[in-house]
Amino acid sequence: MAGPIRISPSLSVAARAASVLEAPMVEIERVSLWYGAKQALRDISMTVAKHRITAYIGPSGCGKTTLLRCLNRMNDLVDGVRIEGQIRIGGTDIYDPKLDVTELRKRVGMVFQKSNPFPKSIFENVAYGPRILGVRSRADLTAIVERSLRRAALWDEVKDQLDDSGLGLSGGQQQRLCIARAIAVEPDVLLMDEPCSALDPIATGRIEELMVELKASYTIVIVTHNMQQAARVSDYTGFMLLGELIEVAATKELFTTPRDPRTEAYITGRFG
Amino acid sequence: MRSLWRSGEPFVWLTGGALAVALLLVAGLVALILWNSLGFFWPKSVLRATLRDGAVVTGQVVEREPVPGKLGEYRIKLKVANRDLYGADFRWVDEREIVRRAEPPELAVIERTEWGVLIGTLGELRDGGRVVATGPGPSWTELTRRLPEAARIRREIRDIEKGEIGRINHAQEQIRLQLRRLALRGAGSDPEVTALERRLVAERERYRVQETRLAELRQRQTASVVVVADAGKEKDLPLAQVVRVYFPNAMGLLGKTGLYAARVWEFVADDPRESNTEGGVFPAIFGTVMMVMIMSLVVTPLGVLAAFYLREYARQGPFVSAVRIGVNNLAGVPSIVFGVFGVGFFIYGVGGSVDRLFFPEALPTPTFGTGGILWASLTLALLTVPVVIVATEEGLAAIPGGMREASLALSATKFETTVKVVLPAVMPSILTGLILAMARAAGEVAPLMITGVVKLAPALPVDGFWPFLHLDRKFMHLGFHIYDVGFQSPNVDAARPMVFATTLLLLAIVLLLNLTAISLRNRLRRKYATSAV
Repeated sequence: MAGPIRISPSLSVAARAASVLEAPMVEIERVSLWYGAKQALRDISMTVAKHRITAYIGPSGCGKTTLLRCLNRMNDLVDGVRIEGQIRIGGTDIYDPKLDVTELRKRVGMVFQKSNPFPKSIFENVAYGPRILGVRSRADLTAIVERSLRRAALWDEVKDQLDDSGLGLSGGQQQRLCIARAIAVEPDVLLMDEPCSALDPIATGRIEELMVELKASYTIVIVTHNMQQAARVSDYTGFMLLGELIEVAATKELFTTPRDPRTEAYITGRFG
Repeated sequence: MRSLWRSGEPFVWLTGGALAVALLLVAGLVALILWNSLGFFWPKSVLRATLRDGAVVTGQVVEREPVPGKLGEYRIKLKVANRDLYGADFRWVDEREIVRRAEPPELAVIERTEWGVLIGTLGELRDGGRVVATGPGPSWTELTRRLPEAARIRREIRDIEKGEIGRINHAQEQIRLQLRRLALRGAGSDPEVTALERRLVAERERYRVQETRLAELRQRQTASVVVVADAGKEKDLPLAQVVRVYFPNAMGLLGKTGLYAARVWEFVADDPRESNTEGGVFPAIFGTVMMVMIMSLVVTPLGVLAAFYLREYARQGPFVSAVRIGVNNLAGVPSIVFGVFGVGFFIYGVGGSVDRLFFPEALPTPTFGTGGILWASLTLALLTVPVVIVATEEGLAAIPGGMREASLALSATKFETTVKVVLPAVMPSILTGLILAMARAAGEVAPLMITGVVKLAPALPVDGFWPFLHLDRKFMHLGFHIYDVGFQSPNVDAARPMVFATTLLLLAIVLLLNLTAISLRNRLRRKYATSAV
C-alpha cells in the first residue's frame, strides 16, 4: 500500500480540473485523521464544487463517512481523535481554534444513515434547528416548517398531521423529514451519509429526485455504498480505499474511463 | 427424549409454571388480606349460646376450629366484647358444651369511645340519676331521640377543644416565643414587651371563656343508658360515649350494607380511637401520601441529575463503573441503616443547626432537631435514589446516539441537546424509576420509626396556622400503623382485623400512586412514540 504522503498525479489533475471549472465550496487540503493510533484518513486533498452533488464511493471502512464527518466536525465527539491538514468551507478554515463549532454546523447540515427524527411532533422536528438559532415567532416558524417540508417533498403527505410524532412516519418519510429538518436552517452545504441505505427502491428514488432538486440551492456531499446511486445523482465522484482518496473526477468520466486500476477493479465489481 | 427437550416444549412449561407460582403467591396474599379486612366491617350477627352448666355466653362468632386432640369436635371463638365487664374480648366455647343457640333481635352492639364494643340488651335509660325509660323497646325509642343531641354536643366539645382552644394555645405559644426572642436579644424594649404581655392576658381570658363553655356543655351530658350483659352484669354507659348503636340480628341485608359502608367510610376518614385499635386511620393515610409526595419531589431531581452526569458527562471508565456499582449496591443497604444516618445527619446535624440559627427561642424544645415528616421524607429519598438513578441511566443508554448527533449537527450545544432532546426522550424511564421508588418508600417502616413517625400525631402536617405546611411535625404512617396496631396495641387480638384493613389501604394507596404515574408515563410514550414502546 502507498505511504501516507504520496499523492497520485492523476488525483491532483482531476481535482484541479474540477476546481478550475466550478466555483469551489469546500476545499480539503492534505487531511489525515487518526482514531487513537489507527489512521483512518491518509493525506486527502480535493475540492467540492458549489451547487453540485459530490459522491464518495468505496468499500466499507474506507473512510468515506469519516471524511464526511470531518466537514461538520462531528468527529470532535469521538474520544482520541486527531486530525491534520486544513479544510476550508466558503474560504473559512473550519478547524481554526477560534471558530465556534455551532456556527460551522449552522452552515453545514447533515443527514444520517439511519433516519433519526426526534421523539417530537413533525412540526417540532423541523422547527428544532430554527428554534436553536433563536427564531421565536410562531408565524416565522410555521413558514419555515412549511417551506422546508415542501422542499423535502413531504408537505403534501404530512400537512394534516404536523402535530403527530415524527416517529410515526414510514422509513422514507422519516428520512425526508430529516432532510427537511437539516435544510430548515438554510445551510450552505448538506452532508448525506448513506441516506438511502435503509430504504426500499421507491423511497430511494424519491430521495434521489429530491437531491437533484436541492442542488440548485445547496452544495451536497453524499456518501454511498451504492455505485448506481452515485452514477445516477452525482456530478462528481470520489473513490476511496483504505483511507486514501484514489481518484476523483466527473462522475461520468470516473465510471466510464477510470484512471486508476483500483477504481476500475471496484466499479467493475472485482472487489469491494 | 432429546428431541422433546430440543423442541422447547418442556421449557415453555417451565416458564409458564414459574409465572403461575408467582401469580398464585400474590393472589393468595391479596385474597387473604381482602378476606380478613373486608369482612371486618360487616355487622355480624350476635349469638346467644346457653351452655350445659346453664351459663349464657353472648358474642359474635369470629372463628371455628377443631378442638386439639379430640376428633370430630369443634370449638368457636366468640367476640364477647365488654372488655370492662369481663376483662377479655374473646372467649373460646366448645360446641359440645352448647345446649341452645339463639339470635335474639333485641341484642344491641354499641360502639363507644372507650373500652371497645359493648354487647348486650338495653336495660333502662337514665337522666341525671332519674330513670326515663325501662326495657329494651322504650329505652331504644328514648335513645334514638337523644342520641343526635348527644352526638352534637360531643362534636361541639371536640370542635372547641381542637378549634378554638387549639388556636388560643397556638397564639399563646407564639407570644411566648416572641417574648423569649426579645429576651434573648436582650433589647426587649419595654413597650413591645408590655404589648405582648397584654395580648397574652387577653388570650388567657379567651381561654377561660372557652373553658366555661366546655364546662356548660359537659354539664348537659347527663343521660346514660344501662346495658345488661351476660350473668346479669350491667354497664351504666354515658350517652356522651356512645358512637353508634345497632341490632345486627334484626337488620336486613340492606341495613347491614348501609352500616358496612358507613363503617368503611369511618375507617378511611376518621381519627383513630382507643390507642388506634378502633376508629379510622385518616391521619395515617394523610401522612403516608404526604411523605411519599415530599420524597418524590426530592428524589426525582436528585436521581435524574446524578444519572445525567454519570451517563452524559462523565468519561466512561473504571472509576465511573465503580461509582455505578456502588450506587447499585446502595439499594442493598438495610433500610434501618438509612434511618440511623437520617437521625445522625438530618435530625442532629442539619436539624440541630437549623434550630440554633432560626428557632433559638424555642430551645431546649427542638423544632427541626427532632424527627419530623421532612427528615423522614429526605431519609427515604436517600434510600430510593439508587432506584431512580439506575432507571434513568438505563433510559439514557437506550436513547439512540443518532438522536444526540442529529441535534448537535443542527448546531445545538451539548446542553441544548440534553435539555431539549435527551430529557424528553428519557422521561418515561424517569417515571418508571419514580414508580419503583414510590412503591418502595410507601411500604418502608424501619427508617421512619426513628426519623419522625409516631403512634398518634396530635395534628396533621398541614393545617390552618401559618405557615400552613408544618414540615417539622411528626406524622402517622400506615406501615407503622400496621406494626403498632398488630404488635404494640393493648389488645392485639381485637385489633387484628384492623391490621389487615390497614394493609389493604396501604396497598390501595400504592396502587393509586402507581397508576397515576403509569398513566402519565403512557401518555408521554404515546406523545413521543419512542422506540422503547
